[in-house]
Amino acid sequence: MSITETPTRQRPRWTTASGLRALFRERPIIPLLGLLALLVGLSELIRPGIVSPNWAGVMLRAAVPLAILAGCQTMTMLTAGIDLSVGAVASMSGFLVATLVGDTGLVLAILIALTVSALVGVVNGIGAGVFRVHPLIMTLGMSLVVLGLANVWQLMRVQTGSGVPTEFRQLGANLLFGVVPVSLLLFIPLALLIVFILNRTGFGRLLYAIGDNPVASRLSGAKSWQVLTLLYVISAILAGIAGFLYSGLTNVASVTLADTALLPSVAAAVIGGTSILGGRGSYSGTMVGALILTVISSILSSLGYPEAVRQILFGSMIVFVAAAYTRITTD
Amino acid sequence: MSTAVDTTPQTKAPRNGAISTTLRRNWWTIGLLGVLAVLLVVTKIIQPSYGPAGIQGLAISVLPLALAAVAQTCAVIARGIDLSVGSIMALASVVSATLMDERSEGFAVVVVLGVLLLGLVLGAVNGALVVFTRVPDIVVTLAMLFVWAGCALLVLNTPGGGSAEWLGNVTRGPLVTDWIPKAAVLLIVVVAVIWIPIRRSRAGLSLYAVGSDPLAAFRSGVSVTRTKIFSYMLAGLFSALAGLSLTATTGIGTPVPGPYTLMSVAAVVLGGVSLAGGRGGVFGPVVAVVILSLLRTDMTFLNLDTNLATVAQGLILVGVVMIGSLIQLRRER
Repeated sequence: MSITETPTRQRPRWTTASGLRALFRERPIIPLLGLLALLVGLSELIRPGIVSPNWAGVMLRAAVPLAILAGCQTMTMLTAGIDLSVGAVASMSGFLVATLVGDTGLVLAILIALTVSALVGVVNGIGAGVFRVHPLIMTLGMSLVVLGLANVWQLMRVQTGSGVPTEFRQLGANLLFGVVPVSLLLFIPLALLIVFILNRTGFGRLLYAIGDNPVASRLSGAKSWQVLTLLYVISAILAGIAGFLYSGLTNVASVTLADTALLPSVAAAVIGGTSILGGRGSYSGTMVGALILTVISSILSSLGYPEAVRQILFGSMIVFVAAAYTRITTD
Repeated sequence: MSTAVDTTPQTKAPRNGAISTTLRRNWWTIGLLGVLAVLLVVTKIIQPSYGPAGIQGLAISVLPLALAAVAQTCAVIARGIDLSVGSIMALASVVSATLMDERSEGFAVVVVLGVLLLGLVLGAVNGALVVFTRVPDIVVTLAMLFVWAGCALLVLNTPGGGSAEWLGNVTRGPLVTDWIPKAAVLLIVVVAVIWIPIRRSRAGLSLYAVGSDPLAAFRSGVSVTRTKIFSYMLAGLFSALAGLSLTATTGIGTPVPGPYTLMSVAAVVLGGVSLAGGRGGVFGPVVAVVILSLLRTDMTFLNLDTNLATVAQGLILVGVVMIGSLIQLRRER
């Protein structure tokens, strides 16, 4: 967070007004909210009358699980890591609950799913923290393991599993008064907790410190392996919770359910101003990023563009936004 | 091939120490070959009928994955990583399958050349974005993974198209004896023809120089920009070759990227190429691919669930990387 300006090398070529640049650098959430407003306006232009309280509720409902997964990416990216196992973990936990709930009851099923998620997080964290494996490789490898094991589990439980529990469907898909998504009731405390952890606790400070300068944080006594292990466990548990919401939202439990959300989750964090190099970013930006991606998706599908166009646009956006942030923050 | 896997540029070693130097430099690859030999023996034991047909099948399944691994190696050696390998493969596969469908055999030659050029261009776009936006390689190529996969879906929405007769004939079937599959020969020839001249040229040296220390390379007069772009162009070229081989062996184009990106990273790590760049060659990853594929075959012979093979591959990837890092950490101490 503490990028010091070097006045000798200032070449303002990307923007002329350095004030605008400072705005992007210090408060990326303001231009992001502007972009979000612009996109909402665009939706209204394309389909006059579409923007309504109900529409907003639907958008929020779709953005909530994505925002949770993007929270995993934000926190891991702060330490210059990344968690590519969130897609597999989320699918696995949703699937696990759906197959177990008939036998064990909801509470136990949820506990089992979250415990398994946490175990994946422990392995990720030990790999990244103790063995210093690049988190990208570590979490990719673990996503293979999780996917494979989930498939094995699927074959073992052929036809015995019941569907997605009704509680999840209410949680993931229902709108209170047709406006407020039920999932928001779960998400708001969760988001407040993440923001609190990042801004107000020593653990959160350590995340920024490790990402900003690993050597300096080690010399000042931070035990990075403990921090990283806890971080990846938190990330995996969040992914598990997001998996419940995804299975509830779509009323589907499959071992690849949340895989398509993996790359958007990275995109949301990058668009929200979190640097993949570590030490810079905030969860508030990420939440807006998730909303922006959701609104763009809805615009594209309302225009009848195929999935392919959405992918191309998302990809281009990541590069463009990341490039813009890099330009703004490192001159 | 042994010179192609040297970790450092050619130095004149004393003649009597040449063998031990080669051994020391390539201990990882030699170890891999040992593992492969053991695995082949194990395969023969658990499935006594394993013979030419099995080798043929193995070679055909290895071909696209091995080319993808070589593509990844090119990017990783120059301290990059190309997460878009799988999507470039998909794009190359659908473009070639749509263009070759119900066209003459001769036209297919043009298509093949065109697709290879396409691979170079896509790689150049990746590389240029990495260099000029100064965004980390991982982010750029992760984003381009989306973009190229989207393009592939636009070209062909569902698997389809066709392949020229001769392209299939080049990859399928045995050569001379039943024991030598064409796919294996093709793989070795293609990789050798492209890689060895580069490896021995100034461009290859630059790849390793930039990979081991970009700043030092820059100060010695190597253009980091050009080298980075070149490495991604190579990655694009090999990815396109991998995509072509998919079309050739299956006869159709597949728009959805398979697990190739992931497996290519796994193969690179297993093949002894350092993710920190500047170290390793293309031979190790290719052997690693053969080992991974053979492992999967063995698990089916043992009547194990193929999903367990996925688990095993993931565990091997994670385990090898952990052990590798541990060795690195101990050495630093």
